[in-house]
Amino acid sequence: MRLLFSALAGSLFGLGLLVSGMTDTARVQGFLDVAGHWDPSLIFVLGGAILPMVFAWRIAVRRRVSVVGEPIPGMPEQVIDTRLLAGSVLFGAGWALAGFCPGPALASLGWSGVGGWIFTAAMVVGMILHGFLQRRRRAMLLA
Amino acid sequence: MIASGLPQDWIFGLAGGLMIGFAAALLLLANGRILGASGLLGGVVDGTGHGNLGERLAFLGGLIGVPALIVLARGAPSTHISHDLPLLVVAGLLVGLGTRLANGCTSGHGVCGMSRFSIRSIAASAVYVGAGIVTFYLAHRLLGVI
Repeated sequence: MRLLFSALAGSLFGLGLLVSGMTDTARVQGFLDVAGHWDPSLIFVLGGAILPMVFAWRIAVRRRVSVVGEPIPGMPEQVIDTRLLAGSVLFGAGWALAGFCPGPALASLGWSGVGGWIFTAAMVVGMILHGFLQRRRRAMLLA
Repeated sequence: MIASGLPQDWIFGLAGGLMIGFAAALLLLANGRILGASGLLGGVVDGTGHGNLGERLAFLGGLIGVPALIVLARGAPSTHISHDLPLLVVAGLLVGLGTRLANGCTSGHGVCGMSRFSIRSIAASAVYVGAGIVTFYLAHRLLGVI
């Protein structure tokens, strides 16, 4: 059941990214180009995505446990640290340069061609690099 | 500041956005998981998420496979992705490293976190959108590299 729900959620997410225009890097860059021909349509995407989730969180708080019996994740500790801020700056910079964030980059792998594959491969390398740095940092803290 | 984009972009944006929101709601209420693209992929590639590898792969399979099948049947829209490969490498590295450091991207922080009014996610989203606006301005208007 878990696998079926996961596959369904992934499919619907991918479909939503395609329909909404998030897989078009020009649209995303148009949204970030507030000093030029600003395209505000991505605000509708974010608004549309947040709406069902506001209700989902209300249900989640009441039920506490998901359909498959997994506990609903609690609110993370509300720390705003250098990791969060520096990471978000790096992400925002990369997002603007290519016009892709992780979801749309994956959703469009079927047709984004060499450019899309190069971007996604570099993104995976960045993620592996983070894992490597994390492990090294942990090893140094233990030593 | 001139607003552009066709009204139909807004309608498709809203419709697609609702699908994204329902997908996140399904994953949360059915499996008890947060729909975050960078976290779901990151856990697969750096080994931290191998405890529920099957769920992650099923999600990623749907995410990559279903839009690809639709495009196969109906024709591919343009991604307008840059042809500047070194630029794409730099951008990809920044997105991969940055989203893992910040523990989330547009879906995890932007959709799932902001909808539960998490201050942490609201801060992250304000910072990546702000950094995106500044970077686009610098790279496009001043340096002309994109």
